[in-house]
Amino acid sequence: MKILVAVKRVIDYNVQIRVKEDGSGVVTDNVKMSTNPPDDNAIEEAVKIKESGKATEIIAVTVGEEKAQETVRKALAVGADRGIHVKVDGTIEPLAVSKILKKIVEKENPDLVFMGKQAIDDDCNQTGQMLAAHLNWPQATFASKIEVNDKSLKVTREVDEGLETIEVNTPAIITCDLRLNEPRYASLPNIMKAKKKPIEQINASDLGVDTNPRIEHIKIEEPPKRKAGIKVASVEELVQKLKNEAKVI
Amino acid sequence: MSVLLIAEHNNKEVKPFTLNAITAASQIDQDLHVLLIGSKADDVAKSLSEVPLVKKVLHIDHEIYENYIAENYTAAILKHADKYSHIICSANTFGKNLMPRVAALLDISQVSDIIKVISPDTFLRPIYAGNAFATVKSNDERKCVTIRPTSFEAAETTGGSAEIEKIDAADQTENTKFINREEIKSDRPELGTARIVISGGRGLQNGENFKLITDVADKLNAAIGASRAAVDAGYITNEHQVGQTGKVVVPDLYIAVGISGAIQHLAGMKESKVIVAINKDGEAPIFSVADYGLEADLFEALPQFLEELNKLNTIQK
Repeated sequence: MKILVAVKRVIDYNVQIRVKEDGSGVVTDNVKMSTNPPDDNAIEEAVKIKESGKATEIIAVTVGEEKAQETVRKALAVGADRGIHVKVDGTIEPLAVSKILKKIVEKENPDLVFMGKQAIDDDCNQTGQMLAAHLNWPQATFASKIEVNDKSLKVTREVDEGLETIEVNTPAIITCDLRLNEPRYASLPNIMKAKKKPIEQINASDLGVDTNPRIEHIKIEEPPKRKAGIKVASVEELVQKLKNEAKVI
Repeated sequence: MSVLLIAEHNNKEVKPFTLNAITAASQIDQDLHVLLIGSKADDVAKSLSEVPLVKKVLHIDHEIYENYIAENYTAAILKHADKYSHIICSANTFGKNLMPRVAALLDISQVSDIIKVISPDTFLRPIYAGNAFATVKSNDERKCVTIRPTSFEAAETTGGSAEIEKIDAADQTENTKFINREEIKSDRPELGTARIVISGGRGLQNGENFKLITDVADKLNAAIGASRAAVDAGYITNEHQVGQTGKVVVPDLYIAVGISGAIQHLAGMKESKVIVAINKDGEAPIFSVADYGLEADLFEALPQFLEELNKLNTIQK
């Protein structure tokens, strides 16, 4: 079984986002970048499946600018066998990413594609489902538990009501929740080894996919600020304030 | 052109977020049709037809839709979506799972999780866990839009009498099978729509201590929330998680107990009308969004809080 894992480079989840004054976007210069957190879960799950003997190869793929390669390198350091970097500059929407990934799937013929359930930058939550649609493959989104069988997967999904379990035949797309597993850290020797693993570079334009944005970002602004609150000295005071000032109880 | 809203339901009742999405959809275009895909869901069709903002209910009734499978829903939507300018549903796990599959097959770049309709092609949506708001204009000829339900009022549910039209089912996928759904039944209000939410975090230390939260919730008729840390640690089940990758809540009163306030948690609750934070670490970031902060040990404060509430003559329900 061959597993393709898609990863995205985003602003690190610990960074306090700053909006540019001209309304054109958020500040990304000199800001720490990392792999999108649930994409780490996607890689981890693929590596675990390979360690259990059920997968033979893991390919990590990213779509993005030159530096996006760092996320592929990190995936290689935790257990992916080789990487693919589809180079494209500027904003790229999930629809275009999913079309690019479709081309990669057609080239590599994986049995499974894993990725995070949403990217923490644009919060779109689209790419996996879109890829599944383009390929006419089943989708199992928001996965918090995966059981790999011969020709199918049993996937527990986190939904609003609780947990839902579905069975999907392979090939399939799985989008991963943060609770799927505990991503490992790369050891220094593995980081060194990863430097020798191959990363194939492909230009998005060579894949014949139209990557022009369909959605125009007219303005990016700071959300309205909450007015500063107060500290209360005691539980009695809190209850009085809630009753008499805020009038919510 | 009209707008088509995809209803979420359990074949017996409409899910409440569909009513919020109806309000948003009607702001895009008043000629609003609702697509109900279900099995023996006539009661749902009837209740949707009574929503005054709904102009027509399209009802597909077939046993293959007894459980919600995105692949089957997508095929059904595509069969009937041709004449609509917008396809819309709520941005909860239902719509998040479904809409991108529809959008991709229509070659539409979806606009996710909008919090405001500016015009039929321009919307406001939060990005970066709500740390920035983006005004976006879709240049696709047709649009696929998901609605953040808590940003729109629920539509009125009585007084309307829309026509119900029965339409055909589509083919069924053979590659996805529903197995089961573990729904946790509770008499408490739903987290997404509750007037009061009380949430616990890592400060609770274990699952048993959540009883302190539960007791207050019972008194206030509140829903129970949790930080991701508390869910990850197994103190409470996943459907309680509030935050960027969990649920977004906008109650009148949000009480955060033993929650430090990571930006990912704030993303799910900072639009609440009144926020209370109880935390023994006075520097915790949760205090930066709290209207009322109490720097205290929650194990002392929560029992006292309950005691004070018990002293009040009346509590709003």
